[in-house]
Amino acid sequence: MKMKTLSTLALTGALTAGMAAADLVIPDLSYRTGPYAAGGTPFSDGYQDYFNLLNARDGGIGGEEVRILECETGYNTEKGVECYEATKGEGALIYQPLSTGITYQLIPKATVDEIPIHTMGYGRTSAANGEVFNWVFNYPANYWDAASVMINYLTEQNGGSLEGKTIALLYHNSAYGKEPIRTLETLSADMGFELTQIAVDHPGQEQKSQWLQIRRERPDYVLMWGWGVMNQVAVQEAANINYPMDQFIGNWWAGAEHDVTPAGAAADGYLSLNMNRIGDLPVFGEIETMVHEAGNAAGDGSNIGSVLYTRGMYAAMLAAEAIAKAQEIHGVSDVTAAMVRDGMEALEITSARMDELGMANIGPEFSVSCENHGGSGLGIVQQWNASSGTWTPLTDYIEPDNAVIDPLISEDSMAFAAENNIEPGCL
Amino acid sequence: MLYREAGDFKTSYVADSQTFPIAFDRYRYWVVLAVAFLVVPFFITDYTANALLLPFLIYSIAAIGLNILTGYAGQVSLGTGGFMAVGAYACYKLMTAFPDVNILIHVILAGGITAAVGTAFGLPSLRIKGFYLAVATLAAQFFLVWLFNKVSWFYNYSASGQINAPERTVLGVAVTGPNTPAWASYLVCLVFVTACALIARNLTRGALGRQWMAIRDMDIAAEIIGVNPLKAKLTAFAVSSFFVGISGALFFAVYLGAVEVGEAFGINKSFLVLFMIIIGGLGSIFGAFAGAAFLVCLPVVLKLIGVDLLGWPTDLVAHFQLVIVGLLIMFFLVKEPHGLAQLWRLAKEKLRLWPFPH
Repeated sequence: MKMKTLSTLALTGALTAGMAAADLVIPDLSYRTGPYAAGGTPFSDGYQDYFNLLNARDGGIGGEEVRILECETGYNTEKGVECYEATKGEGALIYQPLSTGITYQLIPKATVDEIPIHTMGYGRTSAANGEVFNWVFNYPANYWDAASVMINYLTEQNGGSLEGKTIALLYHNSAYGKEPIRTLETLSADMGFELTQIAVDHPGQEQKSQWLQIRRERPDYVLMWGWGVMNQVAVQEAANINYPMDQFIGNWWAGAEHDVTPAGAAADGYLSLNMNRIGDLPVFGEIETMVHEAGNAAGDGSNIGSVLYTRGMYAAMLAAEAIAKAQEIHGVSDVTAAMVRDGMEALEITSARMDELGMANIGPEFSVSCENHGGSGLGIVQQWNASSGTWTPLTDYIEPDNAVIDPLISEDSMAFAAENNIEPGCL
Repeated sequence: MLYREAGDFKTSYVADSQTFPIAFDRYRYWVVLAVAFLVVPFFITDYTANALLLPFLIYSIAAIGLNILTGYAGQVSLGTGGFMAVGAYACYKLMTAFPDVNILIHVILAGGITAAVGTAFGLPSLRIKGFYLAVATLAAQFFLVWLFNKVSWFYNYSASGQINAPERTVLGVAVTGPNTPAWASYLVCLVFVTACALIARNLTRGALGRQWMAIRDMDIAAEIIGVNPLKAKLTAFAVSSFFVGISGALFFAVYLGAVEVGEAFGINKSFLVLFMIIIGGLGSIFGAFAGAAFLVCLPVVLKLIGVDLLGWPTDLVAHFQLVIVGLLIMFFLVKEPHGLAQLWRLAKEKLRLWPFPH
């Protein structure tokens, strides 16, 4: 057994020593296997395709080729840590693990190693306080924004008041699903609606008893924090008990095509949030011709234009823009992780820039600062049309209630700072 | 030639009943320890520590614990993940409630708390055995995970339900938290592994271990010759849970630093540790190490070969991993039902006669 360990050590050493290059290294901690693969695959495809497009079209970012290091995590935190350790030595510039559990693992590690983490609309919400979490960014929006956007949308639907309404939160029983609870509890006290919390255990295939409870209590609305196979099962179960789909709202991780198609026509009218707009963007054509036709497609190339593909591409765009910003600030093209962090903190996304990139209106305009790593927090509500198989946006970007969220962020981040002896401040 | 009893004269009973009666075995043992303690810490990197060595050492402790219960005392348990969770949460509560007390003491206390919980869940073993006991321990697994998710006191009311290990030091060097150097976390785990393996080895060679094995082989006969089943079974549960608790505490505090109970200590963990002892060899301390090494290192090695050397897509490699590990498990179980430890034993037998087998 000792021999085995030693030979493994030797093998690892030989492998890691053999690679050293002066390009921009972007790790992609993806998951294309396991119960969450349905969501992980299109996101990772979009993420990689965009960087491949930059390589093919512009020769990388600022003249530096991008090298993607894909590592399969299976949404498992132990594998996520292994992937992080395996890739960080290669000069990784930015991590986007697409898992709240892995994010919690990486926050302290990456802070010490000085590598920025971008958790777009997931991860630790209070990381929006950039004075405590110097290396963590969660722009353009976070979970508490999502909860508040949902409630604001429902308030508007109900003529300005949710007094006396009952709302159930169906959540993945993990750090991810528990994130919105605190905000919803505060909002429920403020606005007078009654909140029921219903947990679904990993991986979420078993939801009979939860939906029996919903059937019995008939809440006015069901909000869902689901991911992976849990979404499909929930939509199917809602259809089974004839719960009205237009009163069932998923967050932005529970609103992709593959979540609703298994339920067929019964899923018609299902609502979900989105932090980015979808549609036929010009950039998809470029990806089609310059990446897919060149044979460099990530995955099987079938996901182009889907909700999560678009979001993965959006995430890659934000990372690429931050790297470009870092190159501009520091005047060098071969940037380090610390420089990319500066670029992220100075990031400004304007409508003109999005037009230029062929992604008009893909996201809201926002800018990042040292105090605010969380962006604007806007979200739209979209509805599934089963007959045409498309998502239709119902609203324009809705603002979250920052008066409620900001104190919560400050409270939670300050508790983290006290626990870990962090002196809040800008770098 | 080298590996033989001949010429190694014992002059006392102590020498005669030592753990490694063959001189070559003894030297090998000391060399392994010396390399592990004196050489590896100088060459360790973050990657080797976090991807291979820490999980290997920590799972070894868990496998030793389960091996005592299942391999030596014959009580099948599917509650290992739940008991690891008890160790992790006990360690977290102790770390945050008494920040000034040394973390090593907390880890040992966490083991003690797990031993108490394990003994309580071991009570049904006095009335039921075999598959029925496995189901009772399965209940422990689900109950404990549910408890740590449901009662927010256990995770200090944090918004996400995660527990995070704050930084703690031993002799001025951080051993938990992100600032820990790789060698420090490795050495902490290594000390615990060495101590646990020594204790386990000696317990199983002594009166208590013989009682466990008597119960395992035939409980009625054991009772007739004067073994108290109450004592034997409950001590097996207590000692086993103690080790499993220590591994859970180290898994959380030293290795991962932040865990979420459903994800880290789910039923999969129970099966993983059970597979380790089945592949490694039931009723063998060496088997616990061999099984842990097999199931921890093999996926990593396969990944390195598939992704980094051959450049295959990551999802293909991940799927192949399952196939290959599954095939190897079947191969070993067909070819050698007593596990890797039996292969080791056979190799040693052959070595004794080498190079002149008769």
